[in-house]
Amino acid sequence: MAKNMNLKLKVWRQKNKEDKGRFQIYDATNVSPDMSFLEMIDVVNEELIKKGEDPIAIDHDCREGICGSCGVYINGRPHGPLREITTCQLYMRHFHDGQTIVIEPWRAAAFPVIKDLIVDRSAFDRIIAAGGFISVNTGGAPDANAIPITKDDQEWSLDAAECIGCGACVAACKNASAMLFVSAKASHLVRLPQGKIERERRALAMVAQMEKEGFGSCTNTEACSAECPKGISMDAIAQLRREYFKANFKVRK
Amino acid sequence: MKLESKVPAGGLSQKWTNHKFNLKLVNPANKRKYDVIVVGTGLAGASAAASLAELGYNVKIFCFQDSPRRAHSIAAQGGINASKNYPNDGDSTYRLFYDTIKGGDYRSREANVYRLAEVSNNIIDQCVAQGVPFAREYGGLLDNRSFGGAQVSRTFYARGETGQQLLLGAYSALMRQVGLKQVQMFTRREMLDVVLIDGKARGIVVRNLINGDVESYAADAVLLCTGGYGNVFYLSTNAKGSNGTAVWRAYKKGAFFGNPCFTQIHPTCIPVSGSYQSKLTLMSESLRNDGRIWVPKNPGDKRAPGQIPEEERDYFLERKYPSFGNLVPRDVASRNAKEMVDADKGVGSTGVAVYLDFNDAIKRLGRDKIEEKYGNLFEMYELITAEDPYHVPMRIYPASHYTMGGLWVDYNLMTTVPGLFALGECNFSDHGANRLGASALMQGLADGYFVIPYTLGGYLAEMKKEKVSTDHPAFKECEENIKQNVRKLLSVKGKRTVDDFHRELGNIMWNFVGMSRSENGLKTAVEKIRTLREEFWNDVYIPGSNEELNQSLEKAGRVADFLELGELMAEDALQRRESCGGHFREESQTEENEAKRDDENFAFVAAWEYKGQNVKPELHKEQLVFENVQPSQRSYK
Ligand SMILES: Cc1cc2nc3c(=O)[nH]c(=O)nc-3n(C[C@H](O)[C@H](O)[C@H](O)COP(=O)(O)OP(=O)(O)OC[C@H]3O[C@@H](n4cnc5c(N)ncnc54)[C@H](O)[C@@H]3O)c2cc1C
Ligand code: FES
Repeated sequence: MAKNMNLKLKVWRQKNKEDKGRFQIYDATNVSPDMSFLEMIDVVNEELIKKGEDPIAIDHDCREGICGSCGVYINGRPHGPLREITTCQLYMRHFHDGQTIVIEPWRAAAFPVIKDLIVDRSAFDRIIAAGGFISVNTGGAPDANAIPITKDDQEWSLDAAECIGCGACVAACKNASAMLFVSAKASHLVRLPQGKIERERRALAMVAQMEKEGFGSCTNTEACSAECPKGISMDAIAQLRREYFKANFKVRK
Repeated sequence: MKLESKVPAGGLSQKWTNHKFNLKLVNPANKRKYDVIVVGTGLAGASAAASLAELGYNVKIFCFQDSPRRAHSIAAQGGINASKNYPNDGDSTYRLFYDTIKGGDYRSREANVYRLAEVSNNIIDQCVAQGVPFAREYGGLLDNRSFGGAQVSRTFYARGETGQQLLLGAYSALMRQVGLKQVQMFTRREMLDVVLIDGKARGIVVRNLINGDVESYAADAVLLCTGGYGNVFYLSTNAKGSNGTAVWRAYKKGAFFGNPCFTQIHPTCIPVSGSYQSKLTLMSESLRNDGRIWVPKNPGDKRAPGQIPEEERDYFLERKYPSFGNLVPRDVASRNAKEMVDADKGVGSTGVAVYLDFNDAIKRLGRDKIEEKYGNLFEMYELITAEDPYHVPMRIYPASHYTMGGLWVDYNLMTTVPGLFALGECNFSDHGANRLGASALMQGLADGYFVIPYTLGGYLAEMKKEKVSTDHPAFKECEENIKQNVRKLLSVKGKRTVDDFHRELGNIMWNFVGMSRSENGLKTAVEKIRTLREEFWNDVYIPGSNEELNQSLEKAGRVADFLELGELMAEDALQRRESCGGHFREESQTEENEAKRDDENFAFVAAWEYKGQNVKPELHKEQLVFENVQPSQRSYK
């Protein structure tokens, strides 16, 4: 069985939105390789509390990679060194004894820090409120099998719909663009017959809100997709660009 | 106070139709004059808020996460049931109703369950219209699978992420209404009290989790959609934030608590690896279709699984239940695993696990087939444990998963407090003493999309409309109590952390109020919980202050409530001297050591009324009447 490790944590501490924030060094001792990254933080926090210090604030909930709450920069990468997992799915066996781990919050103008590693991602909700839906009321839906959908379209749609809204794409992007997030939602819906009806309106409204929220523009560096814990592909962005272009064209006509 | 279930008269299949017709309506132009508060943004809350806003009500909705999309419903994997009968295999409203009543071991209300089955198909239609990308066949129609031992294929799914896709559907409907300004969204708020004026629920008081402000909101009705309390066990498959605070505070305001002891323990979870363990990950039950569960025959056998020869293995489920084998219901599988561990036959470094072995299945079907069926689950297992289940048997152990108990509600989903409703996992209705797989998602959405839009209207149309404002003394009093409670928590300044207490409570609950319960054990639990509660209030240490984001303080409030709720669970388990569903009373067994239900004495819903701090709560009984199904003893031999 692998041995327990001693690590150094260099953690971003920031009391609130107004505070400037700074790095602080902590020891994480006797860390089992079978601990999850968040469990390691739990243990460090328990120690901090016992010493009368303020524990490190970090968002988390499901701890199984689906709610999108967790998400921090770990050694310069969103959600840490492994591909296609979230912070809560990272295990300490991927670090080695004596290593220093740098932990920071998402950095983006549209995601202000609330405390330590917790940021405000409500901009994402406002983008969805602007157009990330199909306008159907409860009650009037036709039979679920009334409109067949090819397996291909369904799978494609689901690939995009898997986005967990964690914000890693924004954090990974040097422009802090939200294109991958927005395009994932647009692609999810536009690939289904039900979602085609509002395609133009949706693309325009979501992109307009994205710009209003202060996200940067997309320059196709592909860092977002590389760091996405759900592996959402750049195809989504290409799709949204087409949607947006067509919609704009139509509106101007 | 008399419990009135308000089940409408008439034949089973006509009850809901008649009731909808008889309910008073709120005139369309008047709907905008009503304010409705929804607490919780999971399947139940999001679907209710969206549907009510579409009707024209003014809705305010609250959650403790940073976004409504993060509610715990997001984590459901397997699927959602409906009686569409698309596969042509004999499903019907009646069969889904029957299976659910039977699955609940005859401890739920016939009329509620029938309604659930009746609206199940509308849910699927609604979700598809919203753009939920359910699995499909090559011909473009929806695919179904059979789930949790059901004999028909009625489960709709989207890979292993059905909960996520359903919630994103409901969330998008909700956000559309937020965009239309028909719903006001409040995130990072924790509801800490319900406000009653003239005996009716007229609002809530919340703590703003960012800055500690105590805020009041008034309304004409309050809907609790706050999920289950499985985290009373500390370790569970629930999200870390899931808690019982909202329902507990409502209970203390007069809402009766129904069947608090009915909890579900899921057999296939990844076991604990060390004392730092913070949650347990569920692995789909479908694994039991091909995996074989075993332990070494000899106690204390610490050899690696590969070194234990076939004749020294005990495939205990296959041995004891030859006809169902590894596919026995959740509670039977869980209890037997615990028995093996208690007999020192547990496996792995902690000895608290049993093997789930795919070796034979791989030999029989080939690795490719197994990979195709379970590839994702195997990957997830390896990610967490660093062991390759294609070569080494998985280790599994049961974990707390779902709570059938919850606030008692009548047929209209109203609690015993007028104007206070409970939807989704936080109410007690529909699942009796045990829940079938893929039925919780169905219930949450049934309540939110298709039941509450009617029954809430019925209540509002009949209530005398009087505006209240948050300046009312009742609000001020609640605010003051909450502030005082926070001060009290912060001023203990003891030595132990909140998690430390929660872990200890979890241990007590797991050992005495878990899979197998006895008179002595439950009495011990009550004593231990009381002592622990006292210790908590004398020795807990919470760093920081109220006026900031303080995660320790948030947890402390929830654990303080769990320390009370746990006792009620034990009390309830104590009075229920029968085994039924997920509740196994050691004193009530057949000669073959199987669960023995006692319909003569216990065919009732236990509804507990709060009587004051440290006063024994009063038990009310809602007798269950079975007019359509004949309760039968289950047998899996
Ligand atoms: C791992 C896992 C897998 C599952 N798989 C399935 C499955 O395949 N099929 C199935 O049918 N069921 C499944 N279930 C069960 C099912 O997911 C839940 O029962 C269901 O989603 C509960 O929905 P809900 O809307 O009642 O509550 P939740 O989704 O738990 O939502 C609760 C909401 O209430 C809010 N809240 C709670 N307390 C407060 C408070 N005090 N103040 C403010 N807000 C508050 C939360 O913020 C949240 O928004 C699974 C459960 C788990 C744990
Ligand atoms: S905590 Fe839910 S994704 Fe990590």
